[in-house]
Amino acid sequence: MKSLRRNWAVHLMLVVGAISFLLPFYWMLNTSLKGPTELALSPPSWWPAMPRFENYPDAWHAVPFPRYFLNTILVAGSIVVGVVVTSGLSAFAFSFFRFRGREGMFNTFLSTMMVPEPVYIISSYILLFNLPGGGRDGWIDNYSALIVPWLAHVFSIFLLRQHFLSFPPDLVDAAVIDGCGPVRFLFSMVLPLSKAALTTVCLFTFINTWNSFLWPLVMTNSDSIRPIQVGLAFFASEQGTEHGLMMAAAVFSIAPLLIAYFFAQKQIIESLTHTGLKG
Amino acid sequence: MPDREPVSPLQRGRWGPWMPWLFLAPAALIIFTFRILPIVSALGVSFFDASFGKVRGFVGLAQYQKLFADPDFWQSMGNTLWFVAGSVPLSVGTSLLFAMMLRRGVRFLGLYRTIYFLPVVTSFVAVSMVWKLIFHEDVGLANSVLRVFGGHGLHWLSESTGIFELALARFGVDLPTWAEGPSLALVCVIIVSAWRGIGYNVVIFLAGLQNIPEHYYEAARIDGAGRFGIFRNVTWPLLTPTTFYVVVMTMILSFQVFAPIYLMTGPPVGGPLGTTSVIVYYLFEKGFDAGGNMGYASAVALVLFAIILALTLFQRKVVEKRVHYA
Repeated sequence: MKSLRRNWAVHLMLVVGAISFLLPFYWMLNTSLKGPTELALSPPSWWPAMPRFENYPDAWHAVPFPRYFLNTILVAGSIVVGVVVTSGLSAFAFSFFRFRGREGMFNTFLSTMMVPEPVYIISSYILLFNLPGGGRDGWIDNYSALIVPWLAHVFSIFLLRQHFLSFPPDLVDAAVIDGCGPVRFLFSMVLPLSKAALTTVCLFTFINTWNSFLWPLVMTNSDSIRPIQVGLAFFASEQGTEHGLMMAAAVFSIAPLLIAYFFAQKQIIESLTHTGLKG
Repeated sequence: MPDREPVSPLQRGRWGPWMPWLFLAPAALIIFTFRILPIVSALGVSFFDASFGKVRGFVGLAQYQKLFADPDFWQSMGNTLWFVAGSVPLSVGTSLLFAMMLRRGVRFLGLYRTIYFLPVVTSFVAVSMVWKLIFHEDVGLANSVLRVFGGHGLHWLSESTGIFELALARFGVDLPTWAEGPSLALVCVIIVSAWRGIGYNVVIFLAGLQNIPEHYYEAARIDGAGRFGIFRNVTWPLLTPTTFYVVVMTMILSFQVFAPIYLMTGPPVGGPLGTTSVIVYYLFEKGFDAGGNMGYASAVALVLFAIILALTLFQRKVVEKRVHYA
């Protein structure tokens, strides 16, 4: 009897927890469908009496959201491809080759993980500002400032190296005896055997890039470059009182990732918890 | 690392010695140019005056002198410490509680985990926007709930009074300034920040709990240990490495809080009365706002780095020494 009652208490708390995690999402949806009269109600209503679906197209066209999405997809897509290539190649070198300076190089890479983004964002700005080949302000306010510095990711290298080291050493010998060179070995043996690890890297990189805020906030000035999070933040500060439009914009900006999460939650949870989180 | 032959068979031939460097080059180029160079030059920049991208005169330690003399810096530092002191126990405590309840054969475990993790996947920008609305004084959900229970509405994000002062004021106690605690506005941000990260920590704790072998529990039960006894003598000590990891990681992330401050507080950001300005916002404001000085902001960055480095080294030291049981 006692354990049954205790079980009820546990379930009650778990349900209360679930509600407190879901409620803000419901509130976002609820508010996003309210018209001006309902938004002014105090206390606020729990569901929109007269759903105003026009909030969505209105918000979508109020500022260039299509452009922000396009920018985000372009930036996140390039970074995912870049990170997979650079981490795959360097992890391959770290795990299957012997050379002088290997450990030193690897440890140097690892040590950069101790330095968080706000620490180097100022000096990165100065560096990017002074690089040739961009616009008036160097690479600032240019896609290259959003993409190029993020094309390599130390933790992905670490993760892939861990995975590569789990391969039996005989695999290399067998491949070499069969006349396989390093490039073919990488592409026809190592990578096909690393699909799970590569998926982890891709998901993590994509999600973190999609959600990153401080870096693009600092490195962009114009609408044509701005990714979705910065666009959304500016929209929020400009339309501070239009709660319906703001919440509609919040909904469609989180929708792509939440839909992806719905289909691949197990992989996404694993990917994010294995590789760490960014603010 | 497993022992391999002195030279990998992949490295035979004319190109052998250069081969690994070719594979390494793309990553090394990016990491050295865009990570290591900025990290190293951050220290250098803090000895100069720099307005936006342009570095001007050498000023020695003047930025640091100015920084340590600025009361706004100390206020931001104090706010950051309150933020860390509030969000770490809140986030870690709640996640541990949820993980304990979720472990072993609870029905719908997968569903709960999915729901708790939902905010982690959601951008901080969208999360902050909806919570700002929830804490809205007139049309917000928080106040309407308070009023249903017969309370008065609170000013939430525009309340600059410290929460200890708020709590004790009705008893006629007037606390000295230093003991007033974080402003209610900052507490709102602490709640939101913890809310977003709990799912992440729950998953880490669940993994940690799974690593505790079942026979420890069986032995404890046979010895007649109660529920609390089992937690006190089995779960808690064996979970120490996980708890320690979660605490330090949450601390490091909390010291860097920016997005919810930027999106929920003010206008002006950091308000009311500067009670929600944290160290990274202070850095951002000094470096990138009109008339900003990037040399000065770099000095702030170095102070932040010193704090986080100390935490990281402390973590390493403790992990090496203590928290291994298995």
